[in-house]
Amino acid sequence: MTITLQRILEPDGRLVGEAPKLSESELRALFTHMLRVRVLDERMLKLQRAGRIGFVGTAKGLEAAIIGSAYALEKRDWLWSGLREGGAAVMRGLPLAEYLAQMYCNANDTAKGRQMCNHFQHKGSNYPSWSSVIGTQISHGVGAAYAAKVRGSGEVHAIYFGDGATSSNGFHSGLNFAGVWQAPCYFVCIDNGWAISVCNREQTAAESFADKGAAYGVPGVEVDGNDVLACYRECKRALDRARSGGGPTLIVLKTYRMLGHSSSDDPSKYRDQAEVDAWAARDPMDRFERYLLGRGLLKAGDRAMLEQELTTEIDAEIHRQEAAPPMALKTLVEDVYADVPRHLRLQYNKFIAVAERLGHAQKGDGAFPL
Amino acid sequence: MATLTLVQAVNDALKTAMRDDPSVVVLGEDVGPKGGVFLATEGLTKEFGKARCFDTPLSEDGIIGTGIGMALNGLKPVCEIQFQDFIFPAFDQIVSEAAKFRYRSGGQYTCPMVIRTPYGGGIRGGLYHSQSGEAYFCHTPGLKVVIPSTPHDAKGLLLASIDDPDPVIFLEPKALYRQVKGEVPEGKYTVPLSTLRTVREGKSVTVFCYGAMVPVCLKAAEQAAEKGIECLVVDLRTLLPLDEEGVLEAAKQTGRVVVVHEAPRFCGFGGEISALIAENAIEWMEAPIARVTGFDTPFPNTLEHHYMPDARRVLDAIEHVHGY
Ligand SMILES: Cc1ncc(C[n+]2csc(CCOP(=O)(O)OP(=O)(O)O)c2C)c(N)n1
Ligand SMILES: [Mg+2]
Repeated sequence: MTITLQRILEPDGRLVGEAPKLSESELRALFTHMLRVRVLDERMLKLQRAGRIGFVGTAKGLEAAIIGSAYALEKRDWLWSGLREGGAAVMRGLPLAEYLAQMYCNANDTAKGRQMCNHFQHKGSNYPSWSSVIGTQISHGVGAAYAAKVRGSGEVHAIYFGDGATSSNGFHSGLNFAGVWQAPCYFVCIDNGWAISVCNREQTAAESFADKGAAYGVPGVEVDGNDVLACYRECKRALDRARSGGGPTLIVLKTYRMLGHSSSDDPSKYRDQAEVDAWAARDPMDRFERYLLGRGLLKAGDRAMLEQELTTEIDAEIHRQEAAPPMALKTLVEDVYADVPRHLRLQYNKFIAVAERLGHAQKGDGAFPL
Repeated sequence: MATLTLVQAVNDALKTAMRDDPSVVVLGEDVGPKGGVFLATEGLTKEFGKARCFDTPLSEDGIIGTGIGMALNGLKPVCEIQFQDFIFPAFDQIVSEAAKFRYRSGGQYTCPMVIRTPYGGGIRGGLYHSQSGEAYFCHTPGLKVVIPSTPHDAKGLLLASIDDPDPVIFLEPKALYRQVKGEVPEGKYTVPLSTLRTVREGKSVTVFCYGAMVPVCLKAAEQAAEKGIECLVVDLRTLLPLDEEGVLEAAKQTGRVVVVHEAPRFCGFGGEISALIAENAIEWMEAPIARVTGFDTPFPNTLEHHYMPDARRVLDAIEHVHGY
């Protein structure tokens, strides 16, 4: 199969395709959202190195893919995420405070510190909690889209995952069901070249991940994932198609993970620096900046200034999160079920009696009534 | 003898097996040039080539399913599942296929294979990088379940597992990967499966444990000794098939038993030990059997140190059964 790569912006910032209809302020907003992803990434890595947080799943190089694609969504639509879409959640309404509380896994975290870092959720903007288990969210998104169809609620479900996840069971059942049901959803595969140390050529013998859609009757599109305008345009098309009952689309955003898989990974063991350098020349931020400079929507020095503003905003929030109160011990046994059942109340009470005796419990950690 | 960490001993075992037997192959996610996320397979692709140690697509179902096929056709696969938490996509292949091929074919087709996977908490990995799922596998006839706690045992048990004619789930306590060091003989040796290890002698209380809980129980036993309570600490090493006679003998020696695991309590392995003793040695018991376990909840993250049994919780149980 031959699938042509969709591109609007050349690496030098020249327009070569039909640009989506976006106002000047929308274009500037897109740039700011992308820059926030990059600054957040840098700040989080710094916190990790300082031992303040445990883990960072990096997004450097993926800013256009994450932001451009998600910019297509309306507020009512849902985004089913993997590890790296936290920046899209922030753009769609996840407060920075909640983002950071999640990274700190502290008492301010809406998930009560139960998930490891980089596992965001935001009910307010329809961004469900993700497990670390690769590919599981794909069928959830399809089922939720089916529910939307049955209930006539009108929203579309955008389902995100990586190149590695295309080998998961969830990918195959998800695409198959979505095709059969013509569910109002679309799939966004962020092909960043790597699944930890396994490169995309070892993940599939197909020429493109987009080819895989055909087997399920789902049209596949391949997009330059470092071209924010192309990412936006193709996702907007898929969204409109899904919304109008036209069925699902598989969109593959071809990009590159510039850093290690996470803060615990050393990519020099398995990939050539020359490949990384080649992708650095296609940096999505630089590309979009050149375009905006060319159109006079940014001036020299604007990026540095914006970066400073974003850093200040993020650092202020970091300071607030550093002062979070300790986690209530009762959260150990809560939310397993709607009510804390008797056997868990007993287990907790026995535990807290020892903790109190040894001075490890705080005020408010007291026993449950039985 | 070299002094190795537990993960280095695993690596040494794999190299030893691959040098010894050309049919041994290693497959999994990131086991190739990266050498595994914990470096258990470091250097294998370099020494044995891509045909014998290779990265797979991201599918546990595929890793185990194809591993079964390899085992059925003359290879000895050692499959790595990156974290035990990610073994569940392959649960069907393990439980319905690997565990039952011998039985359903009247012994005509068998699956000599090893599934290695790091398990357990203590690394701030949250729900999906911390679980202890041994009970699921122990509830599956046809599987063997092995958990080492020292470098010496890690190598000897892994080599015995690779030699074994049946599928072995080999659970590696990741919290101990670099925490414990010990002398490991060079070359091939095996530690027989289904034999337990006496970690410490004692006449007052018997403590049964395995994996990452062994050093925790040893610490508690040392603290108990300061209070005049001498504990017999037993590392079970193989959960299935269990050395039942060894367990009963150790229980009878003191008549007071504590069982420790980090997995949830309900239907956990501690229940099996308790039942075994209750059925066969109740007359020897001087006190009710105590279990120290994780809570019956998913594995937490920020509060993981409260969830996992620690020396003070184990000591509390030891004192309780001792004073009963
Ligand atoms: C079922 C499962 N197997 C293995 C892992 C370990 N793991 C975490 S991320 C990852 C690679 C994911 O690659 P990809 O889907 O391309 O996403 P990316 O990390 O590149 O964003 C692996 C193997 C996991 N989380 N879940
Ligand atoms: Mg990837």
